[in-house]
Formats: sequence, C-alpha cells, structure tokens
Amino acid sequence: MTIDLEQHIDANLIPILEKVHDPEIPVLSLMDMGVVRSAYLKDDVAYIKITPTYSGCPAMDVMGEDIIKAFADMNIEAKVSLVLSPAWTTDWITPKGRKALEEYGIAAPLEENADKEALLGNKKIVKCTNCGSTNTKLVSQFGSTACKALFQCEDCLEPFDYFKCLK
Amino acid sequence: MKNENLIQYIYGIADNALILGQRLSELCGHGPSLETDIALTNMALDLLGQTRSYYQYVARLTGDEKTEDDIAFLRIERQYKNVLLVEQPNRHFGYVITRQFFFDVFHLLLLQELQNSKDETLSAIAKKGIKEVSYHQRFSSDWMKRLGDGTEESHQKVQEAVDDLWRFTDELFHLTEDDKEAIETGIGIDVTNLKEKYNKKIKEILEEATLTIPEIKWFQKGGKQGIHSEHMGYLLADLQYMQRAYPNMVW
Repeated sequence: MTIDLEQHIDANLIPILEKVHDPEIPVLSLMDMGVVRSAYLKDDVAYIKITPTYSGCPAMDVMGEDIIKAFADMNIEAKVSLVLSPAWTTDWITPKGRKALEEYGIAAPLEENADKEALLGNKKIVKCTNCGSTNTKLVSQFGSTACKALFQCEDCLEPFDYFKCLK
Repeated sequence: MKNENLIQYIYGIADNALILGQRLSELCGHGPSLETDIALTNMALDLLGQTRSYYQYVARLTGDEKTEDDIAFLRIERQYKNVLLVEQPNRHFGYVITRQFFFDVFHLLLLQELQNSKDETLSAIAKKGIKEVSYHQRFSSDWMKRLGDGTEESHQKVQEAVDDLWRFTDELFHLTEDDKEAIETGIGIDVTNLKEKYNKKIKEILEEATLTIPEIKWFQKGGKQGIHSEHMGYLLADLQYMQRAYPNMVW
C-alpha cells in the first residue's frame, strides 16, 4: 500500500480553508491543524479530503459542515470526504498553529519521548501556559477532549490543557 | 475471500469496540471522580469512533444496502460477534478497570498485527487505532497498579475482579471459521499467536500490582459464535431502544 504523506492543496482554496476553525479549539484553523489532506476544484466543485485527529472526534462532522458552509459563502459547492490513511499526527500542526495554541492557554505537544515522560509523570517538562514554569504536574491523562491531557502549574496554580503528542 | 466472510471477520473485531464502548458510555457522569469519569468516556469515544470506521466499511461491502446505523442498532443478539469479556456489566471501578486492562492488552497486540493486513482499509483503521489504544493500555495498567498495590480494600476488590474476569480471557485467542478464512487470504490475524505475548504482559503488570492470576482450568466462551451471556440482551435493549422505537431517526 502506498501512503501519500504529501498534502495536495490548490493554493487558491487555502484562504477559504483558513476561515474554517476547529469548533473545540477555535484559535486553530483547519490548515493550522494539518487535517486537510487535499483540496482541488473540478468542474466548479471543490473536493476536500480531511483526516480525523481521533477516530471518535465529534468535531470532524462539524468541520465537514463548516467547510461546506465556507465554500457556499463563496458560491462554490464543496464535497467533503474523510480519509483515514495516513493517520493524523500532531507533527502536522503548523508552527503558527502551535503558537496559537500556546496563546490560547493550551500547551503544544512535546516530542514523542518527552511526551511519554511527561504523561507518566517522570519528568516535569510541560510548560505552564500562564507563567512559563515547568514545575507542573499531570492531573489527568484524559482532558476535556480526546486530544488533550490536564495539567496544573505548581507555581502559579493555573490548571491548563496539554495537547497530547500523537505519532 | 467472499464479502460475507470479510464482513463476519470485521464484526469479530468491531463488535468488541462497540460493546465495550457502550459499557464505558454507561459510566458517563458516574465515574468515581471527575478525571476518571472523563477518562472512561474519552476511551468510549475512541472505541465508538473506531467502530464507526469499521461499520462504514462494512456498509460499503454490502453495496450500501445497509448503513453504519443499521449495523450498529438493528442486528439481533446472535449476530453480534464480540467476546464475552467486553459485555460483562460495570460493577465497581476496580472491576471496570480490570475488564478494560484485560481487553486493552489484547486490543493493542491485535491492532499492531492488523496494521499489516493486506486489506488497506483495515490496515488504516488499525494504524489510527494503535495510537488511541496505547493510551488506553497505559491508563488501565496504571490503575491496576494503583488499586492492586493500594489499600487493603482496593487490593481485595481488584483481586476479586481479576479472579472473576480471568475466565473470559481465553476466548480472545479462539479462531472462528471466518477468522481462519481471513487468515488464509492475508487479511486476517492469527490471534493464537498473540497469546504468549498477552500472558507475558498481563503477568508483568499484575506482578507489579501485587495481584495474582487465578489457576483455573475452565474458561468461558461463546461470544464469537454469537452465544452471549445474559447481560448482552439488557445492553442491546439500551443500545437499540431509540432506533427500534423511532425507526430511521437521526440527530
């Protein structure tokens, strides 16, 4: 099986796709999330393929509807389909997206090995989004959505979400 | 391989995710603490998400004669091919965790093999699922250790759960006729090969948790043939109620 790791996105469609945001993390556009795998126009119809972050992520259905609406606003008909392979990874979140996450109060995912250490509570490496301290502790491996874990800063006491590394 | 065999093979995997997902969803709002409540329902969500991917594939294999909802909600008990382990009811938290742990270890081993399936869709679903199930296993293993090596009461309760649920684990490694056919075509996984690794992992965690595996010679089986325990009917009554009462409803 050949796995196509490249995104194939018609540059003209990017401004429209950038208007669509993750309904649960509104600071991230779908482009920042890296969930759009291909987008092209054929016979005046936009064909968009997105990949789910987590299998059961309820935001995917909403994203699909929001894409159709964003294109409809430009008088373009859009057809959205879901692809499972290659599986989404947090590496696809863009640098702009990571910055937006941090500003919004969600710690961006660490590298895979560091993430494991953090989630097992072995090392204090997740940075508090409020004061920047790494004196933080894991409260729960599962947070308010499937993609996040819950942390608390032991210096400023701020509770915050950490976007789990997914590879 | 005929479509019907492939469909049955997929049910053997997907129905476990659906039924365990349903059991975990029952705990929504009833977890012992906010964090564990959220964790259990997060895992339910992952499992139901995986179920949807499998059932959408089955729907395509039926030539769109059926939808994913028909497959989830409108089969009768004998047509569900999940193992008995996952349909066992929620009792106390230690029981839920033990059931989860016994299944997670198997589930991860299965998906790690299934990602090499010749069937591209199953391989893609497995690759996605591995990432999620690794988290589940980490969570349930962690709690086995906390409860087993915790207080006298938590130790006793979780040991009782191990003693009660261990008899359902052997069925995980049984092969049905559909499994055998799927293995021959390079689509299916020979689960008998996973047993050794499974036992090793279970033993390792239980030892750390100061828990012991009961010595029993007779194991329960039947789910893979559609012969379920008495709990399954009640579970399906809950699961199917809306579609049965209001056919074709959507939300």
